[in-house]
Amino acid sequence: MTGGIPIEPPRSLGAESAADAGEIHSSGGAFRLAVAVFTENRLALVGLFVVAFFILFCFVGPVLYHTNQVQTRLGIENEGPSLHHPLGTDTVGYDLLGRLMVGGQTTLVVGLVVSLLATSMGVAWGAIAGFAGGLVDGVMMRAVDALLAIPTLFLLLFLSSIFSPSEPLLIVVIASVAWLVPSRLVRAETLSLKTRNFVEAAQGQGAGPLRIIFRHVIPNVFGTVAVNSTFQVADAVLAVTSLSFLGLGIPPPAANWGGMLSDGVNYVYSGYWWQIWPAGVCIVLVVVAFNFIGDGLRDAFEVRLQRR
Amino acid sequence: MQAFLLRRLLQAIAVLLGVTIITFILLHLLPGGPAKAALGLRANKAQIAAFDIKFGLLQPLPVQYVDWVNQLLHGNLGFSYKLNQSVDSLLSENVPRTLALVGVSTALAIMVAIPAGVYQAVRRNKPEDYVLTGFSFIFYSMPSFFLGTILIILLSQVLPFFPPLGPTATSPLWQQIPNLVLPVLTLTLITIALFSRYMRSSVLENLVQDYVRTADSKGVSRRVILFRHVLPNAMLPIVTLIGLSLPGILSGALIVESVFNYPGMGLLFWNAAQTEDFPVMLGTTIVVGVAVVIGSLLADILYAVFDPRIRYS
Repeated sequence: MTGGIPIEPPRSLGAESAADAGEIHSSGGAFRLAVAVFTENRLALVGLFVVAFFILFCFVGPVLYHTNQVQTRLGIENEGPSLHHPLGTDTVGYDLLGRLMVGGQTTLVVGLVVSLLATSMGVAWGAIAGFAGGLVDGVMMRAVDALLAIPTLFLLLFLSSIFSPSEPLLIVVIASVAWLVPSRLVRAETLSLKTRNFVEAAQGQGAGPLRIIFRHVIPNVFGTVAVNSTFQVADAVLAVTSLSFLGLGIPPPAANWGGMLSDGVNYVYSGYWWQIWPAGVCIVLVVVAFNFIGDGLRDAFEVRLQRR
Repeated sequence: MQAFLLRRLLQAIAVLLGVTIITFILLHLLPGGPAKAALGLRANKAQIAAFDIKFGLLQPLPVQYVDWVNQLLHGNLGFSYKLNQSVDSLLSENVPRTLALVGVSTALAIMVAIPAGVYQAVRRNKPEDYVLTGFSFIFYSMPSFFLGTILIILLSQVLPFFPPLGPTATSPLWQQIPNLVLPVLTLTLITIALFSRYMRSSVLENLVQDYVRTADSKGVSRRVILFRHVLPNAMLPIVTLIGLSLPGILSGALIVESVFNYPGMGLLFWNAAQTEDFPVMLGTTIVVGVAVVIGSLLADILYAVFDPRIRYS
């Protein structure tokens, strides 16, 4: 505490970068400014590189590194890392490096598709509720409140015990819980947008509600939604991982990081450390990366809004 | 103040109704509906027909809903045919143990997150701040069961300090303190990660307020400004934060209970999900939903009591 309290107003990260970026790109448009702010945020760049690396690793990796991820090979199960199997093998003899690549495909696809679905659903719900107002808004948002009151994992467990899990179904189940937060954000923004001059002007010219929602509301909530959708990917990856651990994830032989991690965790007492760490580290890295990107995007969009 | 409380109360009641409607929908989403929920998925047609007649399931849905809510209001949460015990008595055994886990972990998390947030805000953008932010990012991004496993490896296998399993249901919790350490530690770390980033920005927001500048220009010492003026104001939102984080903490508790075999509500729910014991799942969902709604209502009321800006508006 001897360092003293910074009494001068601490400028937020976004504001600081805005000033700097503004000087460099003073003639640039809002988009270029946002890009400049984003690329100045080192953590966001690191996040972007990590995601790019994992996309290459998971989707190009298997082309270069051939492994058999279909037939089990019980002769070589539970082998530690070696030249032949750089990350060892699992309890049924799958090569873990190869499995990490294939499993990552599932995890990344689930994360991205859930984010896309949940965001679209949330935007539609929030924009309609906020724009309609009154009783419709009240009912729609109390439904969201009620769903939010039941902790995510309880709802997810419930839904995945009713519907036997498969990859597409799991995506729908996770998305059906994940859209709630974006719907709240979009509804709040829609409420404030509705009173703005340009929306009133459009209404005055006879624009219908659908046109206003699609041409005026949605483009203006794009920033908030983009930031949130990045966090959605991170949350979905964690959700599918937790469900795997709880035994209601994607069933084998399909691989995913959550399943690999929870298999490894089951053998923690056997000392097969190589079955735990790789998948666990991949999950943490990807989730941290998407969170960094989200933070970077938030700064970038804040600057864009400030410059308007 | 009264208008605020009344509006908030009405809202909470509406949300509670919503929770019962969602649970009712879940009940009817089950393949075979409530009869299979009670009798199990392998019940045959004759059993289902008999059950439907006995419990009035052939009546219109709104009538059934009202009947069902009426049962809930009388404390009848259903009967587990799998465990041959009423859901109420199952929950009254398990909920207190979850309350202990969640209560202790949340209290510990607050005790760590507040000083950590203040320290980070004061040392903002310095190495110490980055290190703490990094740690909270990693804990936040780590699957809870992975964190629990790492703690088991570190504190039970490498350094054999604590048993890797949680307490058992056969004797009271306070007699099994060593078994409580790892589950509580896991949930505490998860909860700190939820809280500390928020606390940091709350202190930062207060540091730029006019009252800080006024106090500074009057020559008040920085220590007094921080602890007498900034801290109480920055701590105010933490009440709301606890209310808002309750669903997240309960989800975390479910995982922690599953990892350590901790005999609480989460483990009960998980076991029920595996054995398709739907009455237990429905009853637990209702109880958890009600707890969250009441928790966030209490948080809002407390916030209004503490914050004069809301009290007088």
